[in-house]
Amino acid sequence: MPPETNIMTLEKCPTGIRGLDDITSGGLPRGRTTLVCGGTGCGKTLLALEFIVRGIREFDEPGVFMSFEETTEELASNVASLGFDLEELIHGGKLAMDYVHVERSEIEETGEYDLEGLFVRLDSMIVETGAKRVGIDSLEALFAGLPNEAILRAELRRLFRWLKDRGVTTVITGEQGKNELTRYGLEEYVSDCVIFLNHRVVNRVGTRLLRIVKYRGSSHGTNEYPTMIDEHGLSVLPISSLGFDYPVSTERVSTGIDRLDAMLGGKGYYSGSSVLVSGTAGTGKSSLAAAFADAACRRGERCLYVAFEEAPAQICRNMASVGFDLDQWTGKGLLRFHAVRSTLCGLEQHLGSMIKLAREFRPAVVVIDPVTNLSAVGSAEETKAMLTQVVDFCKNQSITTLFTSLTEGGGPQEQTDPGVSSLMDTWVLLRNTETPSGERNRLLFVLKSRGMAHSSQVREFMLSDKGVQLTDVYIGAGTVLTGSARLIQEAQDEAVAEARHRDATRRQRDLEQEKAQVQARIGALQHKAALLAEDLDSLTGDERSRLETATRNRADLASARQVD
Amino acid sequence: MPKKTRPDTVPPSQTPEFWQLRLYVAGMTARAVAAFDNLKRLCEEHLAGYYEIEIIDLLENPKLAAGDQILAVPTLVRKLPPPMKKIIGDLSNEERVLVGLDLRPR
Repeated sequence: MPPETNIMTLEKCPTGIRGLDDITSGGLPRGRTTLVCGGTGCGKTLLALEFIVRGIREFDEPGVFMSFEETTEELASNVASLGFDLEELIHGGKLAMDYVHVERSEIEETGEYDLEGLFVRLDSMIVETGAKRVGIDSLEALFAGLPNEAILRAELRRLFRWLKDRGVTTVITGEQGKNELTRYGLEEYVSDCVIFLNHRVVNRVGTRLLRIVKYRGSSHGTNEYPTMIDEHGLSVLPISSLGFDYPVSTERVSTGIDRLDAMLGGKGYYSGSSVLVSGTAGTGKSSLAAAFADAACRRGERCLYVAFEEAPAQICRNMASVGFDLDQWTGKGLLRFHAVRSTLCGLEQHLGSMIKLAREFRPAVVVIDPVTNLSAVGSAEETKAMLTQVVDFCKNQSITTLFTSLTEGGGPQEQTDPGVSSLMDTWVLLRNTETPSGERNRLLFVLKSRGMAHSSQVREFMLSDKGVQLTDVYIGAGTVLTGSARLIQEAQDEAVAEARHRDATRRQRDLEQEKAQVQARIGALQHKAALLAEDLDSLTGDERSRLETATRNRADLASARQVD
Repeated sequence: MPKKTRPDTVPPSQTPEFWQLRLYVAGMTARAVAAFDNLKRLCEEHLAGYYEIEIIDLLENPKLAAGDQILAVPTLVRKLPPPMKKIIGDLSNEERVLVGLDLRPR
């Protein structure tokens, strides 16, 4: 029996499983046995096998895996999709696997025995590979296979002692029991570390959770951590560890709409902030989101677009109709869609895959359209908790996030379904108004925008093939008018002005006519006066000549009468 | 150290009821010795001339444990006649062993 080393500090054995080493502050207790328990299909076997495989691949620690449930071939094909080539590891001499089959009906028991055969098999594999790690999945098969439970329990106790003495770090799995952690009380033998895996189904949506039930001699996270199984294996999301101490930027990013930038202090959203776009159906939330995504790609930044409602191709087609060519950005690798039905998996898995994608793709901008669909898979509190984690994560990474939220018709407009508005730095509300003329028009308000002077005015929000436009609404005579009502009002106003203009012109023309008439009359009178003057002149001349003639005649007559 | 006992009168080919037995042990412990003695006595009594016992010490040949899926020791395996039977323990209860080997009806 080797002497106990490192009594002062517990040495850790890293699992290499993403997130698990974070919440256990470094891994499983080295040289000890860890029990992984949980219900059927919770990922126990995968955890144990991944511990062995990652030990070989990432930490160069050979391993042994003893399975009571599946043959080596079955296990190999199960994990092949995760990129684990068990055959190769076995050929390389780093891995030894043994399938132990216990069939109760083949076994008759008579007299004393022990399980030395099991020890011999384990020992031979440990010696052969120089194993530092052992996985056993799952010892409970022994309870079903061997009739004498007293011998079995004594032998299990001996086995755990033996494993400890061999100095190997062991993971054993156990099926969840009704009132105890495991069906056969394996936790009784394992006092160092117990991990509980849970596969919970709420609203027909499954969620995997991992909890460290106990970890002697080490601090550990106590929460239930969302856990995922994806193409890279198991991963635990140590998300609740995120705090408020993220970097804050004074940089601004464009909303993709000039007038909306102008409404937000002239510059747009804060970089790394969270933006909520809420509104009833068909108010143009996705278009606003697309504008934002388009603008980000235009700046050469990467954008992750999480779509819960539409397929990427459909989004691209629809957005092309309002002037956003998103296809070009996906082609250039700047835009990546992550389109899933929200009911496909639990909130935690959504969160996990989003965070995983964000870590891989490193976007500057994340769009989630719409967040309201998530309430289909979780309660309001759960959804809010999940979104808090998304917001915290994105803020930590200085990612600007835009969430769209569908408001149910009839409800209060300034309310979001999961009550997420308090998480948001900027809230843009889109609203439909119905005019008496039977038309619905879109209005845009900036309800809040932390840390900037923003416009308190309402704008009309218009979608056309040239893009998204914001227009001033008609404000006058105590009403706010939009759409065709605005156009009609504007036309009426124009007509009135036109009429006024026409009136004035006519009056001017009338006056000018009158003036011309008067002037004409003046001309005629002047002409008459001239004629009269002429007449007068000629009349005076005649009279003079008549007087002269008369004088002359009188003189002539006198001379003729020989007047003296 | 296989021990073979065959009758000279009947050739093996004409003995369909030929018994091939394997006893797995881990070291020559008292329990292993007891098991072998019990088995030997029983065979002589019931199968004289028609059996063969092979003793496998897993400490010497650990690799052989997987082949017959041995966990407990001692384990007696009836290789022939089929079907394969396994009896674990020191074979101290003769009645149970005979039942286990199908030499006596249950």
